[in-house]
Amino acid sequence: MIEVAIFAIFAALALASALVVVLHRNPVYSTMSLVVTLISLAVLFVLLGAPFIAALQVLIYTGAIVVLFLFVVMLLNIGREEIGEQRGLVQKGAAVVGAGALLVIVGLSYMEGYGGAELAPLDEELVSLTGLAAELFGRYLLTFELVGLLLLVAVIAATVLAARERPAVPTVGRDLATAATLEPGEDGLVSERPDDEGDLAGSAGVAGGAG
Amino acid sequence: MLFDLGATAVKLGIFLGILLGAIAPVMVWVERRGSALIQDRPGPNRLGPWGLLQPAADALKFFFKEDVTPSLADRPLYLAAPVLAVLPALTTFVFIPFGPTVEVAGRAVPLVVSDASAGVLLFLAIASLGVYSLVIAGYASNNKYSLIGGLRASAQLISYELAMTLAVVAVLIPVGSFRLTEVVAYQRELWTPFGMWNVVPQLVGFFIFMVAAFAETNRLPFDLPEAESELIAGFHTEYSAMRFAAFFMSEYIAMTTLSALAATLFFGGWSFFGLVEGAARTVAGWFGPFWLWMGLFGLGTLLLKTVCFLGLFVWVRWTFPRFRYDQLMRLGWKVLLPLALANVIVVAAATLAGWL
Repeated sequence: MIEVAIFAIFAALALASALVVVLHRNPVYSTMSLVVTLISLAVLFVLLGAPFIAALQVLIYTGAIVVLFLFVVMLLNIGREEIGEQRGLVQKGAAVVGAGALLVIVGLSYMEGYGGAELAPLDEELVSLTGLAAELFGRYLLTFELVGLLLLVAVIAATVLAARERPAVPTVGRDLATAATLEPGEDGLVSERPDDEGDLAGSAGVAGGAG
Repeated sequence: MLFDLGATAVKLGIFLGILLGAIAPVMVWVERRGSALIQDRPGPNRLGPWGLLQPAADALKFFFKEDVTPSLADRPLYLAAPVLAVLPALTTFVFIPFGPTVEVAGRAVPLVVSDASAGVLLFLAIASLGVYSLVIAGYASNNKYSLIGGLRASAQLISYELAMTLAVVAVLIPVGSFRLTEVVAYQRELWTPFGMWNVVPQLVGFFIFMVAAFAETNRLPFDLPEAESELIAGFHTEYSAMRFAAFFMSEYIAMTTLSALAATLFFGGWSFFGLVEGAARTVAGWFGPFWLWMGLFGLGTLLLKTVCFLGLFVWVRWTFPRFRYDQLMRLGWKVLLPLALANVIVVAAATLAGWL
């Protein structure tokens, strides 16, 4: 009885906050609603008897990834107006079509004859810590490692992208610096400053890539 | 059912009473007098003996100050931020055990509020939610200093959370469980008949954990989000009266729960080489039930260790200068994170070899 009540409250909360994520005009409110959605989902995981997955959900998604979302939203200072202007009819139409397609796929997967079968009750051993670890590092080891590799590729790609745009300042600076040293008629300030900027941009690129 | 609910309520009440009624005011006094001691000045000494009533005066001041909301602030978020700061700080202590499972009136009662199977993970997960209060406070204040403080907080907390979690993982590998009760039980049987504290085999992990703990609680030398010499007061520049006090208190409470976690992970938690149970059994032989003495002595030992860490927090704050922001990031990503990863590998190998 209590479980049903808790489920109802948090399922409703998850749906409502997910709607706010999509519909709110202020991106900071959207991000904070996403936090509520993720915590509600974590509660649902606990109800399903998977506290480990719930803890990881809060620790990784709520505690780290959404914080980075918020960081980017605040860093770029996206205003309400910009978000409002970008919401055209095409975007709304695409959202409706996409959501409809997802609904059809999920619906079909429940119907027999389309690959869907009677859903077996979740094995408690499987969602426990040891069960999950045995599956991940046993049967699905190759998949697990491949996912890790994929993430690594993404990190390297982000670093390369971030580093490619930044050196514009230091190369120009270095050219200026060499030019200044070749022609000693210029004042020393020119050869001093670009080097400083180069160092700053370089460390910023490293920090961005690591994040 | 009713008995369990009652027992949980009593345990919750004890912890909340200690955190709000004792730790927070005493820490205010210790911080002010401790800073004075280190800086060779008297400090607040007018109110009561040794200025002991100063926290009460501070609390009264917070109650009666004007509560200002900037007119251009984002009002709902501005009002929510202090609440978001206090809630996670007040929740995490439920996973800290203060004694073994004892028998009360024929029923087994674990001396911990929640012995969840994902214990430490849930602790870290809930503690990581505290960062939202800083970021939201910085954004909602509509003030450039607050915003920079909030941005710094989000980047800093994410950087150091990884190292901290990896240090905790290294502790959990030989234990084989996420329950903090199991971590304490493991330390009571390690190596000697009286047990051995984790800090001896896991010294590297302990240092990583403590450095990360300083960064997670925004204490000097890592108090970049509020750095008063550059950002006025950082994310809580615009807050006044009780809302400011909420940030203030949540910092002390977060410090306390992290200290208790450090004591539990690395210094044997409520146990003290078998002395605590021995003392409880002896006193219970004279009068009173065993569970009562066990709970009291266990809680006392845990508090004693926690207070030692809190003293360290104060001592460090008034001793070290602040890091520069790029130094902070470099330390987190290039020193602590690789060190923590290497620590996990070494501990895993030692566990496989049967040394731990």
